[in-house]
Amino acid sequence: MTYAAFSKTVDSSGIVMPGSSNTRMKKIIALGATSGIAIEVQRQLAHQACELLLVARSPERLAALQTDLLVRGARQVLTYSADLSLIAQHAGILDFASRTFPDFDTVFLAYGSMRNQKDGESSVEILVEELLVDFVSAAAILTLFAAELERRRTGCIAAITSVAGDRGRRSNYLYGSAKGGLSLFLQGLRSRLYPSGVRVITIKPGPVQTPMTDGLPNATHFVDPQQVAHDIVRGLERGSPDILYTPRIWRYIMTAVKLVPETIFKRLPL
Amino acid sequence: MNSTTQSSYGAPETQPPTLTTLPQGSPAAQSTERVLSWGRYPRAEHRQLFKPAWNDQITEILKDAAQGSLLPFGMGRSYGDSCLNAGRDLVQCHRLNRILGFDESTGVARCESGLTLADIVAVFLPKGWFLPVTPGTSFVTLGGAIANDVHGKNHHCAGTFGAHVHQIALHRSDRGLTFCSSRENPEMLCATIGGLGLTGIIAWADIQLKRVAGPWINAESIPFESLKTFLDLSHDSNDLFEYTVAWIDCFSGKNARGIFFRGNHAPNCQKKFRPKRGPKLPFELPSWILNRFSVRAFNTAFYAVHAARKHRAVVAYDSFFYPLDSIRQWNLMYGRQGFLQYQCVIPEAKLEAFEELLDRVARSGMSSFLVVLKQFGSAPRAGMLSFPRPGLTITFDFAMRGELTLTLLRSLDEIVRESGGAIYPAKDARMSPAMFETSFPSWRDFVPYMDPKMSSSFWRRVTGCP
Repeated sequence: MTYAAFSKTVDSSGIVMPGSSNTRMKKIIALGATSGIAIEVQRQLAHQACELLLVARSPERLAALQTDLLVRGARQVLTYSADLSLIAQHAGILDFASRTFPDFDTVFLAYGSMRNQKDGESSVEILVEELLVDFVSAAAILTLFAAELERRRTGCIAAITSVAGDRGRRSNYLYGSAKGGLSLFLQGLRSRLYPSGVRVITIKPGPVQTPMTDGLPNATHFVDPQQVAHDIVRGLERGSPDILYTPRIWRYIMTAVKLVPETIFKRLPL
Repeated sequence: MNSTTQSSYGAPETQPPTLTTLPQGSPAAQSTERVLSWGRYPRAEHRQLFKPAWNDQITEILKDAAQGSLLPFGMGRSYGDSCLNAGRDLVQCHRLNRILGFDESTGVARCESGLTLADIVAVFLPKGWFLPVTPGTSFVTLGGAIANDVHGKNHHCAGTFGAHVHQIALHRSDRGLTFCSSRENPEMLCATIGGLGLTGIIAWADIQLKRVAGPWINAESIPFESLKTFLDLSHDSNDLFEYTVAWIDCFSGKNARGIFFRGNHAPNCQKKFRPKRGPKLPFELPSWILNRFSVRAFNTAFYAVHAARKHRAVVAYDSFFYPLDSIRQWNLMYGRQGFLQYQCVIPEAKLEAFEELLDRVARSGMSSFLVVLKQFGSAPRAGMLSFPRPGLTITFDFAMRGELTLTLLRSLDEIVRESGGAIYPAKDARMSPAMFETSFPSWRDFVPYMDPKMSSSFWRRVTGCP
């Protein structure tokens, strides 16, 4: 079967779907486009007829996502296959983006890895790998894109860290420290880019039902990626806060968690 | 917060292959959370739950599985145990939900098996396309709709869902990804439609959508006071209306009173449509809430409201096709013990058997308010194990009250068996092997097409296969 070229059809049936009204067209680069949260964010952006450049490792998965997003309404979807954990490949990503997707306005970083905490305690290799993926490579690629946006004096960088990065806990400090490091990095970057008018958004989701969290205890109580994606897409709008907790209740939970004195906190089996 | 030490596989593209990590396409993460079917009976324990997010992960899951250990699982909207695999594993497919292609000129969409019908409608209705056949809930996956060869209010003119499936790509443990269409492996296509997930895991399917003008339905509701009037209404409506179905008061016995609903897509209606999100039943209600008095009161009120109401209206597609979808988790209404749904078909020539069935249910006083009656059309069966066949089909809900309920259902089985009717596997949790034999006398022809690594609680129960 041959499939016709995809084009955004104008809604002729009189159906008003949620979210289709505020269409400020965006051009977004998604780093880690095949991750559970990224897929849902991209779908909601596609529904608003945005243009997307998807970056992830697997060409087959990218191809599946590409048609999905086009049928769902994206104006344009480009893909680029790269391993984001390999810093040597980063320059190629920026180069591709500058050539084929030149007037992008948003860089959305959505990749991450959560390894077993106990494994990270017994294996330095795993520890280093986790820090490399979640923190070092993320900081590296954002630095590249930050320079580009700073030069243009416009745009937005949004990156997913985690509530786990707000305070180190014995059960999850491997992942937590990497994401906490990224949060601090984004904080500094935000301040640096503020004069040039580039926004930096730190996204801190609570636990979400994605492939990354499968197998964790209580995973059925975790929030849907659709709901988190909804908050993120709203957060990309102008005028929303710098640090986005999603669902919002985590802002208050983490405020309380951060207030516990360390002498007490270190004794808690969290 | 993830207060845990368990391992899990992150989004694989984020893991550097140069270091010691998983290869791409590693088996999807597994968990052991509890899985129930929609009737919440029986309560089976499963060994593992695979949740693949990409089709490339299924190959690995199939490779590592033991014989007869797996069953694909969608949204768990089958009522009984046809979607369960007690003591073994399930492959939950809801993350395989991408649209892989769409031909705007013909309306053929290629979708992964975990995409729900609700998603399909949400994406394609604004483009002017609708499902060719839809069951009474949109919260089923495409894979589930094919595996149960579901039917809808338009069975008399459109047949079953499977009749609109052009091609299926099927993951098989014994021969890899297999394409099935009317030209290539047609028998495998026929076995997979209505095949209860036992022929393999559907990767994607090409379905033929239907052109519609918009989301509106010209609907009519007509009260009737006897089975004879129902049949006359149904015969008269079948040529003029695309969708027909009836609700009946289960306490009225063979002088069935009820409301006949019929409708067509509205050709040009400029009303604005906004999808609504309904309430959700937050927890199991105590089971005494549904008793013969409360149900009788509901039925009387429902009949009175519809009989008094204007007979013609333009309604949105969702309230016409999916009235129950507006209350999420309505199945919790039946309390902790869950409920059994009973759907059978009886040939029209055996009307007295049908009347006896209605009488027996009325006398028992055990049925609930969700009783649905429909006249099936004479479309040829799309799948080897498809349930719909010419006749009258009726659906009852019974709160599970232990042996009392099971005895009643066995006595209904007798009537269905003698009349040469059949029971619908997607709704069943208890039919005997003999009843299954009567319903699907040629089920042994299906066995050679089964994937050797697939099995289900239902299949083991009704066939005795290990």
